[in-house]
Amino acid sequence: MKKNNLISVVVIIGLVFAASIWYARNNGLLPVAAGDEAVLYDGLFNTILAIAFGFFLIVEGVLIYSIIKFRRRKGDDTDGPAIHENLSLEIIWTAIPTVIVMWVAIYSFDVYTAMQGSQNLDAMAHGGMHHTVAKHERGGMPMSKATLASSNSDGTLMAGTMPAGGDDVIAINVSAMQFAWIFNYTDEIATAELHVPLGKKVRLNMNAVDVLHAFWVPQLRIKQDVIPGRETFLEFTPRVVGEYPVVCAELCGSYHGGMRTTMVIDTPEDYQAWLKEQQEVASNDPEAIVATNSRSSVSQMSEQEYLAGKVAQLGGEHQHMMMNH
Amino acid sequence: MTQTLTPTQNSGASGTEPTKTPWWEFFTFSVDHKVIGIQYLVTSFVFYLVGGALASAVRVELATPDSDLVDPAFYNSLFTMHGTVMIFLWIVPAVTGGFGNYLIPLMIGARDMAFPRLNAIAFWLTIPAGMLLMSSFFFGPASTGWTAYPPLSILTNEHIGQAIWISSIILVGTSSILAAVNFIVTIWAMRMPEMDLFSMPLFCWAMMATSVLALLATPVLAGAMVLLGFDLLIGTNFFNPTGGGDPVVYQHLFWFYSHPAVYVMVLPVFGIISEVLPPHSRKPIFGYKAIAYSSMMICALGLFVWAHHMFTSGTPDWLRVFFMVATLLVAVPTGIKVFSWVATLWGGKLRLESPLLFAMGFISTFLIGGLSGVMLGSTPIDIHVHDTYFVVAHFHYVLFGGSVFGIYAGLYHWFPKMTGRMLNEFWGKVHFVLTFIGMHLTFGPMHILGLQGMPRRVAQYDPQFAPINVICTIGAFVLAISTIPFVINAVYSWFKGEQAPDNPWDALTLEWTTSSPPIPHNWIGEPVLLNGPYDYGEEYKDARKEAIAASQAAT
Repeated sequence: MKKNNLISVVVIIGLVFAASIWYARNNGLLPVAAGDEAVLYDGLFNTILAIAFGFFLIVEGVLIYSIIKFRRRKGDDTDGPAIHENLSLEIIWTAIPTVIVMWVAIYSFDVYTAMQGSQNLDAMAHGGMHHTVAKHERGGMPMSKATLASSNSDGTLMAGTMPAGGDDVIAINVSAMQFAWIFNYTDEIATAELHVPLGKKVRLNMNAVDVLHAFWVPQLRIKQDVIPGRETFLEFTPRVVGEYPVVCAELCGSYHGGMRTTMVIDTPEDYQAWLKEQQEVASNDPEAIVATNSRSSVSQMSEQEYLAGKVAQLGGEHQHMMMNH
Repeated sequence: MTQTLTPTQNSGASGTEPTKTPWWEFFTFSVDHKVIGIQYLVTSFVFYLVGGALASAVRVELATPDSDLVDPAFYNSLFTMHGTVMIFLWIVPAVTGGFGNYLIPLMIGARDMAFPRLNAIAFWLTIPAGMLLMSSFFFGPASTGWTAYPPLSILTNEHIGQAIWISSIILVGTSSILAAVNFIVTIWAMRMPEMDLFSMPLFCWAMMATSVLALLATPVLAGAMVLLGFDLLIGTNFFNPTGGGDPVVYQHLFWFYSHPAVYVMVLPVFGIISEVLPPHSRKPIFGYKAIAYSSMMICALGLFVWAHHMFTSGTPDWLRVFFMVATLLVAVPTGIKVFSWVATLWGGKLRLESPLLFAMGFISTFLIGGLSGVMLGSTPIDIHVHDTYFVVAHFHYVLFGGSVFGIYAGLYHWFPKMTGRMLNEFWGKVHFVLTFIGMHLTFGPMHILGLQGMPRRVAQYDPQFAPINVICTIGAFVLAISTIPFVINAVYSWFKGEQAPDNPWDALTLEWTTSSPPIPHNWIGEPVLLNGPYDYGEEYKDARKEAIAASQAAT
């Protein structure tokens, strides 16, 4: 009997393992990973999801088993066994989760430094560095010494660990306002749609005009609040050509839900062509920014899109637009 | 570790005791903890219905991608008021003010709370707070979320609504602080002499942890509200960047309270679950000390996790890492509780009636909220899903699947004690099934929405999310309908239900040793401890009978 119990426990744990790993690989919960950071993110997400799914199966399984097996039968007015505790069992279910969450913390810290921590390094070094994200992906080991050595928790640069990247980084100034995004490439080029080239590191220097906003591209798995009165930034490396939504994720007023635009990941050639086109438009008619970037004509726009465009044109006067509404 | 099952001893004193609480006392400034407890429960349930109506309006708006039911500005007011009502006028007052007041003195063998008048004042502060908040619907209610982040909350068009909102929060906050002081003193100083800390029911431990948290954290919220009020009304610049203020400081102050507030809303419910499981599964609680200590651990850790709400706020790296580790650690004591509850059920004689169904429903849904909480605790994971429907799903699994299921478990368990009547079991089961299905239908799919890219607090969204939103809206209708059998059952049973015996569940905690409903002074004569709170089990049955016989012989 005892041996049979042991065998069934081993079999059940094996099945839970298998199911968790299968679910981690096939959950399909996340959209396409369009940036190098998103690939790292998905690895972490699927790992934690597998662990969570395993615990879920065990606890729900025990609950359902209990309902069937231990439900009171008619006419049975006895009590169950008077078991108050079991020290070894309690130590096990304290120790195992502790070890797991600490491991999750270390793994998360490593992915975090790879995804986000480099920002601060760049902030120190200005030129920006070629952070080899792919290395972590291939490395397999969650605790990568390279990332840990390159930054301490303050994000200050530790000398000699990072290769210099030079002019590899494309810097774009982002201005957020109720209820639009403006992307400034140079002093002349300002657009309402974000274009970035494939494979180049992009840095967004972000500022808000009025209230809090948050820059979010779900396919990049990165998000940063945009705060009036202080500059925040985001970095990512596009890896899949396509069009992706840019979403405001921090409540910013009535038309918060309409504060959306598009990010286009172009091939480097397309990107150069687009940039040139913008340059020409800008030199001809600086007022035409909004009109050119939107793929639909005014008649096809929803009220919110139209309003957002108007607001973008009016810039600082957006408050009046709100009042009118 | 003994406790009486015979309320009639020392009956010589009974001649002078009032035996019944007149109905009108529930509408007065009563100082009886049981009256105040029921006042809290009924008032907060009314606000639950208000909050539910607001949630239904939100879900109807979200059934389509466009903003077509209400003006988008008013939509913002809907979810702002929904969150505020549910948190400050339903869950917090129901679990602390309601169950805490009703049960704590009865569980520790006291006649009342330590400060009965303070208790009544705390309750009567929530009434004007609630009325005030409702009155803002006449002026344009606050529309900046229950978080009221500046600068939006300072620049808002709904100036009066925001000011009312702030005053209302300060009032309920004050009520919360007063109640916390009262619980701490009562649990510490008013226990019957025979009852040491480790023979208290676990609900008392939970309320102790809750009250310490509320006492330490709520004043910070009150301070933040006062400063925000100054910014809004007289143009100071504490949080307004155009005048040199810092909006992120507000977020720190706000979450310093508002994360512990989650534990304030869920720790008492943990206590309720620990009380409901043993009598209905006929087994002792598994790991009493582990559950008691884990409440205190959650209380301590809970004070140091607030900035995990601010991983995208431009906080420095070291801060994000510190709060990630602290947050993940909360999973350990929470896990201890869940495993202990499951072990309590294991091998028992489960009486699958409404209280146990809701308690098991609690474990199964709260588990999901806990696991998604671990995911959110990881900084990089959080950055993608912060302010999305994934977070909305997470906290509804914690606060609906957790707190509300626990409140229902408690209501079905203690309704006979509070009213002297039994609830109808059939309609209780219908209520459970509808609530369980509605809950998962409404909030389960929201995980996917968030991961796929739908932000929260939006009236308009990308049409690709429409099908899943329709499912959520259908779920919300099921939830709305699910409350109908409960309300009818509760109202009908209160007046016409089957008479409840003193101890319908054959439970062992002290509150079951007095009459149902208890007399105003709780016991005729002194209550006596004859057994521990969880001495269930075949092995104890004879000992229990002997102890009762002995105590009867003594009188």
